[in-house]
Amino acid sequence: MFENLSHFALQQYWWVIVSILAALFIFLTFVQGGQTFIYRIAKTESERSLLINTLGRKWEFTFTTLVTFGGAFFASFPLFYATSFGGAYWVWLAILAAFVIQAVSYEFRKKPANLLGARTFEIFLILNGVLGTVLIGTAVGTFFNGAQFSLNDLNQVDWHTSTRGLEAVLTFHNVALGLAVFFLARALGLLYFIFTVDHELLVARSRRHLLYNTIPFLLFFLYFLVWLLLKEGFAVDPETGVVSMEKYKYLHNILQMPVNTILLLAGVVGVLWGIGSSLFRNSNKGFIFAGTGTVLTVLALFIIAGFNNTAFYPSIADLQSSLTIRNASSSHFTLTVMSYVSLFIPFVLAYIWYFWKVMNRKKIAESELAEESHTY
Amino acid sequence: MIEAVDLTLVNWSRAQFALTAMYHWIFVPLTLGITIIIAMMESIYVRTGNPEWKRITKFWMTLFGINFAIGVATGIILEFEFGTNWSNYSWFVGDIFGAPLAIEGIFAFFMESTFIAIMFFGWNKVGKKTHLLATWLTAIGANLSALWILVANAWMQRPVGMQFNPETARNEMNNFWEVLFSPVAVDKFLHTTSSGFVLAAIFVIGISAWYLLKKREILLARKSILIASLFGLVSSIYLVLTGDNSTRTIATTQPMKFAAIEGLYNGTQGAGLVAVGVFSTSKTDPNNENLKDFSLKIEIPNVLSYMAFLDWNAFVPGVNDLINGNEQHGIMSAYEKMERGKLAVAKLTDFKNAQKAGNDSLANVLKTEIMDKAFQDNFFKYFGYGYVDDPHKLIPSIPLTFYSFHIMVMLGGYFVLFFILSLVFTLRNQLENRRWYLRLAIWTIPLAYLASQAGWIVAEMGRQPWVIQDLMPTWTAVTRISAGAVQTTFWLFALIFTILLAAEVKIMLRQIKIGPKH
Ligand code: HDD
Ligand code: HEM
Ligand code: HEM
Repeated sequence: MFENLSHFALQQYWWVIVSILAALFIFLTFVQGGQTFIYRIAKTESERSLLINTLGRKWEFTFTTLVTFGGAFFASFPLFYATSFGGAYWVWLAILAAFVIQAVSYEFRKKPANLLGARTFEIFLILNGVLGTVLIGTAVGTFFNGAQFSLNDLNQVDWHTSTRGLEAVLTFHNVALGLAVFFLARALGLLYFIFTVDHELLVARSRRHLLYNTIPFLLFFLYFLVWLLLKEGFAVDPETGVVSMEKYKYLHNILQMPVNTILLLAGVVGVLWGIGSSLFRNSNKGFIFAGTGTVLTVLALFIIAGFNNTAFYPSIADLQSSLTIRNASSSHFTLTVMSYVSLFIPFVLAYIWYFWKVMNRKKIAESELAEESHTY
Repeated sequence: MIEAVDLTLVNWSRAQFALTAMYHWIFVPLTLGITIIIAMMESIYVRTGNPEWKRITKFWMTLFGINFAIGVATGIILEFEFGTNWSNYSWFVGDIFGAPLAIEGIFAFFMESTFIAIMFFGWNKVGKKTHLLATWLTAIGANLSALWILVANAWMQRPVGMQFNPETARNEMNNFWEVLFSPVAVDKFLHTTSSGFVLAAIFVIGISAWYLLKKREILLARKSILIASLFGLVSSIYLVLTGDNSTRTIATTQPMKFAAIEGLYNGTQGAGLVAVGVFSTSKTDPNNENLKDFSLKIEIPNVLSYMAFLDWNAFVPGVNDLINGNEQHGIMSAYEKMERGKLAVAKLTDFKNAQKAGNDSLANVLKTEIMDKAFQDNFFKYFGYGYVDDPHKLIPSIPLTFYSFHIMVMLGGYFVLFFILSLVFTLRNQLENRRWYLRLAIWTIPLAYLASQAGWIVAEMGRQPWVIQDLMPTWTAVTRISAGAVQTTFWLFALIFTILLAAEVKIMLRQIKIGPKH
């Protein structure tokens, strides 16, 4: 089946899969967003525990999605893995450090004799919430603004700055995306509380904070989007593989891929509807709409970055070193094997979905925590 | 193409990877085994309906939870370190190496993380049977995590199922099954997972023994010891058998590692096995600090030849044979391999230059020559040697490899006896009055961790300087970055991991002291 597809078709297929994983990851950063509220919204120790346990039952999904995103990117576009991770060294290690401290914090926070004290682990959670989202968003910004690398004949990477990726923050467009992701994650976190916590005060406070986070999210996101449509982009000639700058490249991508544009719009509407209905109609289900909307939006943005003869990881140091889904991918054989593996993804999503529903059947309340044998 | 590489950078990068991997490996083996022990205990609970078993299950689950979190934290760093610190390697082999990592994520990690949530939080939310299923799936998921990464590691020890593509300057997979079922991969998976089972069984027995010494939780301790010794005994026998198999595989696929394991300098027929050996502290060879002589050894004649090739009189090559060659036994010298490797590298450079100059006809001729089977088998096979300037760099640290191997093997034998002993005492109901045994059980816990780490040192140090056997030495694999940057992150991670480890040990000890909930 897959072996009969052209190499390019497989490359596109895998770009879509990687994009879906990225989209799911950004959606799942509602855990990170939520973590930044454990002091703002919770006023008492038991409220705080309730929030942390609510998020704690889901953190593994976010984490695992990040890990799988990394693995899938490695398998399908290894040159990106080699170039970006090795090149933008400091950015990625900062992101990793932010996730290391998260992994232990839930489990260790409330345990007796935990060496650092509950407060420290709570601060770890907040750091993870802030750094994890802002840095990843900023790093993804370089998909559109380029990075400082060049590749030699053997595809070995040389990075042209000693800041090793940190220079991305000097481009405001990157940072705008980072901040948009951050505020979106926070909004999603609040929506998740509204959706699943059985505690009137916490829900009321979540609604109040929702507005304050939606406004900056919209500002940064719109700035990012409008500027994206106006800026020059990195176009690839499909015949020769030569990369050149094209005016309004991303606007062209929007116009030339109408289905994707519909996805993008549907996504944005979904996010707004989810937030709006929670703010103005007191709905509790905003999380579902905003979550789906997030997935669609991010997916569409990744498609804009990689499809329609666009370099998805452009180099501003050496234009011809830019990575495209054609030159960065694995071989036909490997993509074929991996495509068979990918057939199991719907099955994995199905069992996750099913057990998520089982576990969330009842809203989480303080009384439940008192009965549970395992709490965070 | 051969550029002066900064060896400080290579060494710091190696140190950083070793640090992360060894920390990861503190937590992983316990997970591999204890999830299975927990699942067995819960199965008994579901079968008998006896609430005591539920309490026992939950107690070990708590300890597992503490261990699990930090295993995950170190794992994510390892995964990304392939890109951050070994970026040239990530490209050179990404086409083969990436696949297992992705499959691991899709199959194993999601399985583990979905069902672990049900295992911990689902007691009141799903039925008994579903809960048990979730527990088993967590255990299976954990062991599947081990499978794929070990397939990747095995491939580095013995690259198979691929073909070099000069256009992209990398190895490309052409046979997935060969990669998955390579004998090294099979040995590695069986040996490594069973080592986790043994470690977990020892962990459970040791902690239970502590309760018995304190005369607390007698019932929990006895029942746990029974399950763990049965599981441990079977696993430990299996562990020794698979280890023996690994040894034989190495003898043919990685002769230098094999020579290092045995501290064998000069190959002989009917080689003896050094059962116990101590290296002298003085340098035997001024050119190479890795070469040291034994100041004491106890040798069992002919056994090594038998172990390696199932023939009491077979010739086992030593370090010197592998470096200088041995015509009589058909062993090519390292010098010859370096010549051939240089030829392969030069041809690739010519090809790249022809391509760059736009000379397509020359490029095509060179490409055909490179892809030619005879050239592949006789020259390209030694590609990595083309980057070696001094054959002494091809020798791993012999004392370290030798000691690690011997410690592991001796402990392997001891563990089998240990499990037999605990099973006998349990069945005869004599546990509580064998206080020496209970103390021994506690002290066996660190020994299990020692054996386990030693195993990886054998496997990973023994293959130095190769990241991919014969194809890629460490200094061509490393990311080009300043050594200072890697040094900084090394210390940063060393600090974070050590603090987290200290926290985990403290929490664990406290939880043991508190004991199960009543
Ligand atoms: C799939 C690949 C893989 C796997 C499963 C492991 N390693 Fe590894 N290891 C590497 C891939 C690797 C590597 C990336 O290839 C390194 C870095 C430099 C080198 O030569 O090999 C390495 C180096 C390396 C070194 C340093 C050797 C040296 O530089 O002298 C040690 C001590 C370990 N590892 C230990 C471990 C432990 C304790 C593991 C168990 C969890 C482990 N490795 C699993
Ligand atoms: C260098 C190689 C390795 C890499 C890159 C790696 C990667 C990872 C990652 C990313 C995780 C976190 C998964 C999650 O999000 O849930 C993890 C956890 C885990 N890994 Fe590894 N790993 C390596 C070596 C190994 C080895 C050799 C084994 C076993 C033989 C193993 C077994 C596990 C297990 C059982 C877990 C679950 C966490 C735990 O229980 O501690 N890993 N690993
Ligand atoms: C008497 C028995 C044993 C023998 C003959 C044996 C043999 C070996 C050999 C030859 C290797 C190197 C494999 C390679 O380089 O590819 C190895 C690795 C290893 N050993 Fe053992 N071993 C024994 C007991 C143990 C014990 C008791 C443990 C731990 C509890 C253990 C844990 C490991 C681990 C974790 C590795 C690294 C993974 C691997 O390469 O398979 N071994 N063993």
